[in-house]
Amino acid sequence: MSEIAERVKKIIVEKLGVEETEITPEANFEMDLKADSLETVELIMEFEKEFNLVIPDEQADKIKTVGEAIAFLESNV
Amino acid sequence: MKFLKPVVITGYGVITPIGNNIQSFTNNLFLGKSGIGSITKFDASKFRTQFACEVKNYQPEDFFEKKEVRKYDLFTQYALVATKEAIEHSGLLNYSNLDKEKVGVISASGVGGVQTFQQEMKTYYEQAKNPRYFNPFFVTKMLIDSVAGYVSIQYGLKGLNFSTVSACASSAHAIISAVQNIQLGMADAIIVAGSEAPIHEAGIGSFNALRALSEKNDNFENACRPFDKNRDGFVMGEGAGALVIESLEHAQKRGANILAEISGYAMNADAHHITAPSPAGEMIIKNMQQALANAQILNKPIDFINTHATSTPIGDIAEINALKTVFGKDLSSINISAPKSMTGHLLGAAGVTESIISILAIQYQQVPPTINTKEIDEQIGMDLNLTLGQTQKRNIKYVLNNNFGFGGHNTSLIFKKFTN
Repeated sequence: MSEIAERVKKIIVEKLGVEETEITPEANFEMDLKADSLETVELIMEFEKEFNLVIPDEQADKIKTVGEAIAFLESNV
Repeated sequence: MKFLKPVVITGYGVITPIGNNIQSFTNNLFLGKSGIGSITKFDASKFRTQFACEVKNYQPEDFFEKKEVRKYDLFTQYALVATKEAIEHSGLLNYSNLDKEKVGVISASGVGGVQTFQQEMKTYYEQAKNPRYFNPFFVTKMLIDSVAGYVSIQYGLKGLNFSTVSACASSAHAIISAVQNIQLGMADAIIVAGSEAPIHEAGIGSFNALRALSEKNDNFENACRPFDKNRDGFVMGEGAGALVIESLEHAQKRGANILAEISGYAMNADAHHITAPSPAGEMIIKNMQQALANAQILNKPIDFINTHATSTPIGDIAEINALKTVFGKDLSSINISAPKSMTGHLLGAAGVTESIISILAIQYQQVPPTINTKEIDEQIGMDLNLTLGQTQKRNIKYVLNNNFGFGGHNTSLIFKKFTN
């Protein structure tokens, strides 16, 4: 797993209180990891802070799974 | 004649500097334990006041999932802990005919999530003023009324739902509002929660700026000494209290254990100064008289006066002078006590926690003590039973409970031993 993926995973564990084993690339934040709308917004904010970048709202709206978040960050960091 | 519905208390819960549940709170209250200590929540070494009454051994993970903890400011956590105990104690939710649309929640706090505000602004400045880093839970953590909202969500309570705010009288107003709404038939039962978590830089710093807090850093163990001639300000406390308030009819229908009756109340304003009480106390006199009239006990058979007394130079004397006017020479035969000497001042939580103290006094037929007070201020000028040092046993039928708040808000509540 890439270093970016590791950092993403760490944030998800901390913010959503889920087990590491639940965080698969296919895991959907809302459906599988039970994040509500505010928690999803918080995750995006934490990614911005961790990786020091801006994720525009229209991009953020497309990030539904762990894999999509990692892919976006790997190509933009 | 009084045609209003009788209203009773059927459940209670607390988390305070002298006990994290009703059982330990009751024990320590009647043992005269102090909740005071050096401030551990932040580095207070440069503050005028470096001590407070903190809640001890509190681990949020004992009560909440990790994910929840981050979403609740400490004042919300305290409120939810006390509320859980009160609701469970009352057995309200076990009642099979409960109409949850007729169960309300009124929460109260002086200022709500100020610590969250402080933290968010700190992050903002540390992160080069990047506004993108404000947390999406900033608003809900800060809002005073989030407590009422969360309690309704957790327990599915769909009746009236809001918060009352009046500084240190906030949760006393919440109780009065609950009683009135039940009397008007707007609810069968109402959960009332008062909470405050003010032990942080902003809380201590702002009250220090007002010179409202005791500054006896070298000898803080007995700093909170209401009515003592060497008192120099109040001691900050924190925590929460919660009550289940119900119409007598509803409580009896479900066979609830009735802890006490709320037999009278009154509320008014000093219209004098934003922080200082009126020295003549003319409006707190009227307020207590009105509460006695509301309870229909004009012969004033009060056994215990649970004072607001916070250990400030002006406030304690104003209250005692008002008591003298209301009760005259009978005052010397009434037990007067100032439990803030043990708990510190719980601000927006004071109304509920001190009402719980009043109820416990009725249940146990004991008056909790005013601790730390040694030399009585000569301005009191009358031989009074201030319940110094130790709990006193007494037949208690009626308790008068005062709470006043910055802004000149005055409240008085009268609790009565329940008899069928």
